[in-house]
Amino acid sequence: MRIVVCIKQVPETQDVHLDPVTHTLQRAGVKAIINPFDLYALEEGLRVKEAQGGEVTLLSMGPPQAAEALREALGYGADKAALLSDQAFAGADTWATALTLAKAIEHLGGADLVFTGKQAIDGDTAQVGPMLATILNIPYVAWARKVTFSGDKTIEVERLLDHGYDAVAVDLPAVVSVVKEINEPRPPSFKAKLKAKKENIPVLTLADLQLAENQVGLKGSFTQVVKVFPPPARGVPQNWTGTPPELAARLWARLQELGLQGC
Amino acid sequence: MSLIFYPDKCTACGLCLDACPFGVLSLEHEKLIIGQGCTLCGTCVEVCPLAALELPKEEAPSTRPQIPPDGIWVFAEQHRGKLIPVTQQLIGEARRLADALQVKVAAVLLGHQVAALATTLLAAGADKVYLAEHPALAHFCEEPFSLALTELAQRFRPEIILAGATYVGRAFIPQVAAHLKTGLTADCTAFDLDPEKRLLLQTRPAFGGNIMATIITPFTFPQMATARPGVFKIRPPVHNPTGEIIPVALTSLNDPPHSRFLAIVEEIKERLPLAEAEVIVAGGRGLKEAKNFRLLEELADLLGGAVGASRAAVDAGWIPYAHQIGQTGQTVSPKLYFAIGISGAAQHLVGMQSSDFIVAINKDPAAPIFQIANLSLVGDALEILPALIQEIKKTKLSNRL
Ligand SMILES: Cc1cc2nc3c(=O)[nH]c(=O)nc-3n(C[C@H](O)[C@H](O)[C@H](O)COP(=O)(O)OP(=O)(O)OC[C@H]3O[C@@H](n4cnc5c(N)ncnc54)[C@H](O)[C@@H]3O)c2cc1C
Ligand SMILES: Nc1ncnc2c1ncn2[C@@H]1O[C@H](COP(=O)(O)O)[C@@H](O)[C@H]1O
Repeated sequence: MRIVVCIKQVPETQDVHLDPVTHTLQRAGVKAIINPFDLYALEEGLRVKEAQGGEVTLLSMGPPQAAEALREALGYGADKAALLSDQAFAGADTWATALTLAKAIEHLGGADLVFTGKQAIDGDTAQVGPMLATILNIPYVAWARKVTFSGDKTIEVERLLDHGYDAVAVDLPAVVSVVKEINEPRPPSFKAKLKAKKENIPVLTLADLQLAENQVGLKGSFTQVVKVFPPPARGVPQNWTGTPPELAARLWARLQELGLQGC
Repeated sequence: MSLIFYPDKCTACGLCLDACPFGVLSLEHEKLIIGQGCTLCGTCVEVCPLAALELPKEEAPSTRPQIPPDGIWVFAEQHRGKLIPVTQQLIGEARRLADALQVKVAAVLLGHQVAALATTLLAAGADKVYLAEHPALAHFCEEPFSLALTELAQRFRPEIILAGATYVGRAFIPQVAAHLKTGLTADCTAFDLDPEKRLLLQTRPAFGGNIMATIITPFTFPQMATARPGVFKIRPPVHNPTGEIIPVALTSLNDPPHSRFLAIVEEIKERLPLAEAEVIVAGGRGLKEAKNFRLLEELADLLGGAVGASRAAVDAGWIPYAHQIGQTGQTVSPKLYFAIGISGAAQHLVGMQSSDFIVAINKDPAAPIFQIANLSLVGDALEILPALIQEIKKTKLSNRL
């Protein structure tokens, strides 16, 4: 079983803020982390490998320092990793990212099962997985909380939807995005971490892929960001203290004033 | 492709260094170094007072193809034969945009034996309804839904497609965009138009709501977006709507599928889904025990809302994961959000800070949640909640008398 797990290095979002006055990003001390959802994708990849045999390959597109995220992820026990990094990939939207990842998967010999996180916490788009599946021309299942094999070419997936959980059957190869509920990631292993330290993580550039320069990065993107700005400020906060009945009565009166009394 | 830099214009003022969200700019001996990892986001270009930085231009500026003929489409999401409110909300918004662009609004209804919903869609403001019924569309599954919508879009060619940013919409709409080779913006909270260029300006939160971004799809059609439920208003229904219902046959579902719906495993039927709720009553570790979540349910029921939770409460097993709000749970933006016994960790805030009005109840006056709350109640939730429930019941009862 060739398993690919897509991992993105992201800034810790809570540290990212726009200055409301200057509109500049305050990024003092913003740490780069592995997108939290991708750790669940990785754990699921490792579990499938343990049950079905095969190999887990980590794949990430990003600046050279994203190799650190891959190295850290290797510490959980994946077999190998590849980094897609090239100036030409800069400014990619979800389509261009998915296209680049898809060509890289083909370059690496294909995959039977690709796991992605539910979404990346920087852009919160949840679009790369489904677009990747479409480009690879294989099925996609979103929001998996359980993956089981029924035969060696079909999986059954339990997935979260707005009204509950459904089960679907999917023929492999496929792309599956996972939610946090799916598993409890294991801690990194000492042995794997040692090995990861010495691991040579190959860097794939545009030249390695069957793609033209105008198909990747900003040029290959269908969307463009035209403006970034801080979210609207909240009104002056009010602090109330008092006995519970006082607070309750005041709160209810206020909610009614605001027309928030519900049905 | 990289950022264009004009050294002769640069005074090494350092504004761009501070502005760069990715920290890839640096100054060495007063010379600007553009490091690896630049995403060409353009933030530095905007702050540079001397125009010393420029984004690389498209070499051959792609010309936009002709405007497609079929106006604005709204994906009509239904669950078991009932429309999801975001559908009517988006038809209302599509109506506003369509009137400005002088085009029609079509609702696209996919399902099995759902024809009865078509009139509701017309009443919500659609000029026409494409009705595609097929047994493979009886339950949601990415493959048939994406194939069906793609087929229809290729046949009728809309200018814009909008869908709800629900779990369903966000699962298959990206596949439709990829099939159609066009841009898609996720989870928008506002739309506007550049009337001259007929561009849809799509605004959405990023970085967990810490930043807003406006995005366009400048060269391809349709322009596609998913939009957050609860943001747009439903219009008063049109009486005796005159729009057209157009049944359409699908050919893309004839091939044997690679994925199939099997069964409903579990239904969250007690109350409405978080994404649809105008009021969310969320509780955290401060509620102390599972049984105190009953209080939240009671309050939510009185206000017609849904129950949410912090990760700490989910991890404690007091409530299922589907209710978790935050970075590793759901992102919500209801009209009213109660954070009860929730400290306000950054990972929680990113999931709810774009709510319209936030009420926080916490016994710790220094709880970080108070920094983003509109209304901060300092006190014991286990005492305030029962009192609040009493108070509301009193009014609701006297209203009924
Ligand atoms: C990668 C990652 C992802 C995460 N994702 C999420 C996420 O999606 N969602 C999320 O919520 N968290 C998430 N977290 C966890 C987050 O950091 C916090 O640990 C969590 O939100 C805390 O939950 P809490 O506020 O309920 O608990 P606590 O932080 O323990 O706060 C409890 C609060 O209740 C108050 N309190 C206690 N008793 C009472 C009382 N009787 N009356 C009133 N107030 C009382 C206390 O003063 C305190 O402020 C994530 C963490 C990580 C590392
Ligand atoms: N640059 C990237 N490199 C590798 N994987 C990515 C990248 N961007 C997104 N992904 C994967 O796609 C998922 C969804 O990301 P997004 O669509 O950006 O929200 C993530 O959880 C990752 O698994």
